[in-house]
Amino acid sequence: MQTIDMANTPLRDLNATLQAQAEATNQTAWEIVNPKGSHAIAVGLDAEIEVTVKGSTGYYCGGMNKLATINVHGSVGPGVAENMMSGTVIIDGDASQYAGATGHGGTLIIKGNASSRCGISMKGIDIIVHGNVGHMSAFMAQSGNLVVCGDAGDALGDSIYEARLFVRGSVKSLGADCIEKDMRPEHIALLTDLLERGGCDAKPEEFKRYGSARQLYNFNIDNAY
Amino acid sequence: MKDDHTSAPRTVPIQSATFSNPVNAEIRRAAATGIYDIRGGGAKRKVPHFDDLLFLGASISRYPLEGYREACDTSVTLGTRYAKNPIKLDIPITIAGMSFGALSGAAKEALGRGATLAGTSTTTGDGGMTPEERGHSKTLVYQYLPSRYGMNPDDLRRADAIEVVVGQGAKPGGGGMLLGQKITDRVANMRNLPKGIDQRSACRHPDWTGPDDLEIKILELREITGWKVPIYIKVGGARPYFDTTLAVKAGADVVVLDGMQGGTAATQDVFIENVGMPTLACIREAVRALEDLGMHREVQLIVSGGIRTGADVAKCMALGADAVSIGTAALIALGDNDPKWEAEYQKLGTTAGAYDDWHEGNDPAGISTQNPDLASRLDPVEGGRRLRNYLKVMTLEAQTIARACGKNKLHNLEPEDLCALTMEAAAMAKVPLAGTDWWPGKPGTTF
Repeated sequence: MQTIDMANTPLRDLNATLQAQAEATNQTAWEIVNPKGSHAIAVGLDAEIEVTVKGSTGYYCGGMNKLATINVHGSVGPGVAENMMSGTVIIDGDASQYAGATGHGGTLIIKGNASSRCGISMKGIDIIVHGNVGHMSAFMAQSGNLVVCGDAGDALGDSIYEARLFVRGSVKSLGADCIEKDMRPEHIALLTDLLERGGCDAKPEEFKRYGSARQLYNFNIDNAY
Repeated sequence: MKDDHTSAPRTVPIQSATFSNPVNAEIRRAAATGIYDIRGGGAKRKVPHFDDLLFLGASISRYPLEGYREACDTSVTLGTRYAKNPIKLDIPITIAGMSFGALSGAAKEALGRGATLAGTSTTTGDGGMTPEERGHSKTLVYQYLPSRYGMNPDDLRRADAIEVVVGQGAKPGGGGMLLGQKITDRVANMRNLPKGIDQRSACRHPDWTGPDDLEIKILELREITGWKVPIYIKVGGARPYFDTTLAVKAGADVVVLDGMQGGTAATQDVFIENVGMPTLACIREAVRALEDLGMHREVQLIVSGGIRTGADVAKCMALGADAVSIGTAALIALGDNDPKWEAEYQKLGTTAGAYDDWHEGNDPAGISTQNPDLASRLDPVEGGRRLRNYLKVMTLEAQTIARACGKNKLHNLEPEDLCALTMEAAAMAKVPLAGTDWWPGKPGTTF
């Protein structure tokens, strides 16, 4: 285990060290202490390393991650794992706005709650939230899966494309063009896998599925208001 | 005398200036279709522009340089504030961001080839970076857009600069639309969306809201790219003083300022013609912001929107810009709206010079299309050569003017080299009305 203390290591040195890890590195386990809410911690990683952050972080923790597993023992600020390509990001606490925004791949697990716009414009990422998500989550979500074990706020899935949304609790309201859909066997199988990967103690049958009605896919004056 | 009503003088028909034939035609079209007009390009209405400025040249009080033989430096370095590797260009005329999707792959390649031959940069667009564009562009600026279509850290690190697009002159405050006709398998795959659907490009970024957030976003981008490449912020011409101030505050190396004549691939005509400010009105306010911050020339200013000639380039430089960017003019150099395709433009209900339905993908010139048959009409090698020629001519023109003003560098041009032909241009450019020493709003004067 390599330990980097942010009390005496600048952010640039931290990220440069982690980004320099090659695919074949033997230094696969890293621990970051004293993050003190810093922004842009462990961004742009590109190797199968495991990074544990001992404390809470600011904006964009794990941004554009590839391959790495990042586990935050605390809460995270806005834009955690934004535009993630692959790998896994696990948040033990809560996440602020835009969690997993535009993520192309990988898995984001939030063991607490996520704030508004969770999964905004997601492009293939799997996001599993143990708690609740705030308003406008999965706005313009293109592909991937959002699992919410708690409740969802207003306007869930507004202007959604092909992403799949699974919510166990209540949905305050659905956004434009987002509708409830049947849970077919393939969705139960998919959700079973997602819940297992997310370490969730929930049964897939307890969830409802939401997705696009595909009525906004081509411009039409009757949809313009 | 016989009362002959048929021969009595009559009031001649008078067309309304308010309800003109084009206005009435648009009302009828809207009533028939229920859809507002979407088109490409920038504002077509006449607005105060660089044509309303003149250079004074040299005489007894100024000493000119010999027009062909004496040196006149055109190089520019962009990104000197924070980037380890600033961009060094031979000429201060760059190619603006235009997407693969809006343009064909061959057109993007031609832009890369032409820019490289001329010693300047080109820019990606919404939809990501294509291998042919990267491969043929010595210096490539990678746009970071609200949609994040195709965004990935590998391409980010392959870029020579990053341009965070906050807005465009054609539609400040608005997003874009790539209609389904142009969404081929390749375009759809790059954007993670189904083929054939209309793709919206959001009007704001998904993971930051105000300038404080933007500062942190830029920190993240710098951390991912090791602080190596310059980061530009592009804004539409709306409130140039404040937008420039906030862009500098957020940490921009370069501010790109796009006036309302700047083009777009597709947005509502009503937006293009009614939102934003003319390019001419933006420059001095942006420069004033940089000067107030003590950042003029340390943070570079690139101006775009309606730049066509070396004279336009020189005027931008004289008003304080470090470089300019061209989009529509570059497409015309490649062959867009060429009268040789007039018969086909007529079939599309338009005419050469007026064709702006770039979003429909039927471009006879093969530029704003994904139709393979049409796209094959553009030879990217020849297109690159034409663009190189055009950039060379613009540069020579700008040099000629600069030498006539006694300048051995384009960047030495200054507002004192200019006068204005109209009150409006004088007020916007803050240079004297021709034949006077006054402009509206000049400090210490009254109107």
